[in-house]
Parts: sequence; structure tokens; C-alpha cells
Amino acid sequence: MSKSNKARGKDKAFAVWGISCTMIGLILLAIFVGNIVYDGITRIDWSFLTSLPSRKPEKAGSYTAMMGTVWILVCTAITAFPIGVAAAIYLEEYAKKSRLANLLEINISNLAGVPSIIYGLLGLEVFVRIMDLGASVLAGSFTLALLILPIIIVATRESIRAVPSSIKEASLAMGATKWQTIWNQTLPASFGGILTGVIIALSRAVGETAPLIVIGALAYVPFAPETPMDEFSVLPIQIFNWASRPQHGFAQNAAAAIIILLVITFVMNGIAVYFRNRWQKKMKW
Amino acid sequence: MAKEDEMVVAEVVNKIQESMITLVEDVVEAKETKLEASNIEVFYGHFQAIKNIQMKMPSNSVTAFIGPSGCGKSTFLRLFNRMNDYVDGFSMKGEIKLNGEKIYRNKINVEELRKEVGMVFQKPNPFPKSIFENVAYGLKIQGIKDKKLIAARVETALKQADLWEEVKDDLKKSALALSGGQQQRLCIARTLAVEPSVILMDEPTSALDPISTAKIEELIFQLKEKYTIVIVTHNMQQASRISDYTAFFYMGELIEHGKTKEIFTNPKHERTENYISGRFG
Repeated sequence: MSKSNKARGKDKAFAVWGISCTMIGLILLAIFVGNIVYDGITRIDWSFLTSLPSRKPEKAGSYTAMMGTVWILVCTAITAFPIGVAAAIYLEEYAKKSRLANLLEINISNLAGVPSIIYGLLGLEVFVRIMDLGASVLAGSFTLALLILPIIIVATRESIRAVPSSIKEASLAMGATKWQTIWNQTLPASFGGILTGVIIALSRAVGETAPLIVIGALAYVPFAPETPMDEFSVLPIQIFNWASRPQHGFAQNAAAAIIILLVITFVMNGIAVYFRNRWQKKMKW
Repeated sequence: MAKEDEMVVAEVVNKIQESMITLVEDVVEAKETKLEASNIEVFYGHFQAIKNIQMKMPSNSVTAFIGPSGCGKSTFLRLFNRMNDYVDGFSMKGEIKLNGEKIYRNKINVEELRKEVGMVFQKPNPFPKSIFENVAYGLKIQGIKDKKLIAARVETALKQADLWEEVKDDLKKSALALSGGQQQRLCIARTLAVEPSVILMDEPTSALDPISTAKIEELIFQLKEKYTIVIVTHNMQQASRISDYTAFFYMGELIEHGKTKEIFTNPKHERTENYISGRFG
């Protein structure tokens, strides 16, 4: 009797412990978001979204930083998506089991763990200096693309691996080439997963500050980029800049910009979840 | 009857049996040889899966491969459309000929070979696409764009696979919504649409209920008129019902190969007899 009571007591204790652990993260996040929203929500209006940066906090807007973020996002996606997916297809479908393949695999996992500032230094040397792109949108996008490539490759490989081999065999047995099989069967079946991976990787890129500061992205740009070769700023840099100023008005601006950045990230994650669910519904093996 | 007489009778019976067997072999010879395997050895790394097998299969016949699990029959089947090529560590010796042409030569177009030698798998594996798209797939990857031709071929193939009446009104429905038996007939239709001359079947009914199985067996019987069929099966009754020739595999060796009737009524080897009578395997 007492033994089973003791066991039940432990069971309950663990449940309470588990719930508190879960709640710590959630509560802290809620406090943070609540605080930011309280500080910043009144600052968000049309003029904040459409104004250029200014020395006066009440006149300053986040337009250039927002547009910079959009430019960076689009260019990073265009660069990283095809390279990452192609690399994953190679590793998953073409590369034979060999030392070289093993080495590649280990290195890709390692790359995912390299601090982002190192990517910034790489981008500074290769894109800004050697390729002479300057502190442009293109240089920033290439740098961030490098940063998120490992994430895209890993996510893509996982969703390719989830496609049952029976489908691939069926396609090959009907006289399809390897590429036809990949294009017609493997990729469509894994596309939801690939897209999810790409979006999650991009939502990480949206928040990156360090590598962009290293390559020379500016906190103050008086115009939104119009071509990929223009200089740019992004929301996190703008937030960093505003938050480090003494005036209370800028702190409010920073909070408002954080809200915008959070909304962008949540929307992107939402889209990722939507695609994953739709894909899972469609693909019932 | 005297003992000597008995011996004479036994000898005569023996001789008659032998001549019958050679007669059967003659008949095998008389039909055009569709598939021919000689001196086949297959290795997975150091493991030898197939040991020196020779076999001829005449056209428009059904040959059943039987034997306990792991005896090499599926491996042997997959040699004929080169599906083992993707298995890690696979290597082979010997020759396989389709219509007298070697299929393991260097410059062979494997895709062309697989259009000629279709395959149906153990578990129904339709593509996650519509019924129509499943059957049209083989044609589309060949670059055929003529929509009328594709539609006609899809219809013919579905009729041949005895599925047309059940699906003709919802060809756009997902193939995954069909029942297991229907899915397997769809896979057969998909294979037929490419117009092969040989169909390899790897335990095509092992995942199906008895009614669906009966339908597929009937189908195999009809298809024999136009195609050469090789089927791997674990079901003895199935082998005896549908096949003209039976090959019994054991531990990577071909123990016995001949007319199905002969194998099932008068097996030459004790192992074969034990297996088909259910004493092992």
C-alpha cells in the first residue's frame, strides 16, 4: 500500500515539475512580449511604417529597415533555396557511400554550429572585398545564404528521406531515369517539408544582426534599397541602434520595431506550419 | 508377379517418366525463349545470394519462383530489370539475355530495358497522384505529349487490368483512396500502359485479401496470352493454379525447374517435395 502511494506521489511530483519547466519558458516569453507590446504598440502607426530614419525619435520611422529586411529576405531565399536543395539531392540520391560523402556530411553538420559572426567575416572577405560587392544587399544576402544553407540542406535531406523508397522503385521500374524520378516523384512528395525547412531557415536569417554589421550594413540609411547593389539596413540593426540611444523616444521606437520583427517571424512560422500540415494531409502512404 | 518382372516394370515406368520429362523440355525449347539466364552468381558484399543458376523462360508463359524466405528468388527476379543495381554491395557474374540480347552489357540503356520488362511489387505502391496520372506516368516520362493517345492508352491499360469499370467515373480521384486490391490492379495497369513484353511480379498478392487475390490471379491468367510473366510467390496453391513452369529455390540454388504439373505431382528432389507439401519453409 505505502509503496504504491509513494510511487504515485513521485508520479505527481514529476508532473508538477514538468509543468513548471514548460511554464517557465512560456511565462518569460509572455512577459517579454507583453512588455514590448505595452511599450511599442502606441508607436506603430502609418507614419512609423512609412517614414525614413531621423535624429528625432518622434519623426523616425522603420521604412528603410523594413524594406531592407524584405530585400535581404527575398535575395537570400533566391540564393539559398536552389543551392541548398540541389546539395541535399546530391547527398541523398547521388553521392555513394564513401569517405568523401561522410566528410561532407560531417562538415555540413559542423557548419550549422559555426557562430554567425564568423560567416560575417567570411562574407566581408569574399563578397565585399574579393567580389567587390560593397556593403550591398547582394553581399548581405550571400552571407546570410551561407549561414542558412546547412539548415536548408539538413531539412531537405530529411524530407527527401521520408519519401518511401517503394515510390522511387516504382518510378525507376517503369523506365524513368533517376532525375525523372527525383523531379516527378521525390521532390513533389517532399516539397512541403523542404518549404518548411526553407521558411524556418529564412526566419532565422531575418533576425541575424552580427554578420550584417560585420559586412558593413548601416544603421542609418536615408533611402530604401532599389537595386540589389544598394546599401541597406535591416530591422535588427535598426532595433540595436535605437535601443542603444539614451532618449526614451528611441526606446519606444525600438519596441515598435521589435513588434514588427516578431510579427514577420510569427507569420513566416505560421506559413511553414500551414504547408507542413497540408503536405501531411496530402501524403498518406 | 516375380521379382524380376517387377524390376522390369519399374524400369519401364522410369524410362517413360524420363522420356516425358525430355518431352516437356522439348516443349520448353519449342516455344521462343524470352528470358535466358546462364551461370548466374550474385553477391552482396561477401555474401553469395545466388549460386550458379541457369534458367530459360519461354514467351507467353507464367513462371513461378517458389522457395523459403531468403532463398534468393526475389534477388533473381530483380536481375531481369536490373533493379538490384541500386543495392549497396551488389555484384554479379553470368549472362542474362532478353530476346537473345545481353542485358548486363556496358552500354545498355537501362530505361529502355525497363520499358520492356515491367515490374509489380509486393506492396501496392501507387504514386500519390490521381488514378489517371498513375497510369499515364510511364508515357509522360517517355515524352509522349499527345493527350488523346495518352487517354486511349490509359483506358486500354485499365481495361486490361480489369479496373476500368470501377474507376472510369473518377479517374481524377487520388489513387491512394482506392482499396488495396484496386491499388495493386492500378499498379498492374500502370505497368501495362508502357507496353512491356515481360512482367515481373514480386509476391503481388501477399498484402491482399482472398477476393482481391483471386482477381489478380485471374488477371495473370488473361495476361499470359500477350506477356511473359515471372512471379515470386509464397503461396503454393497460387503457384500451382496460375503458373506453367515452377522453379524451386533453396539457399541461393535452383533445386528444380520444370512444368508446374511435374513439380507438384512428381518432384524429382526430396527438398522440393518437402517444401511443396509444407513439411518445411
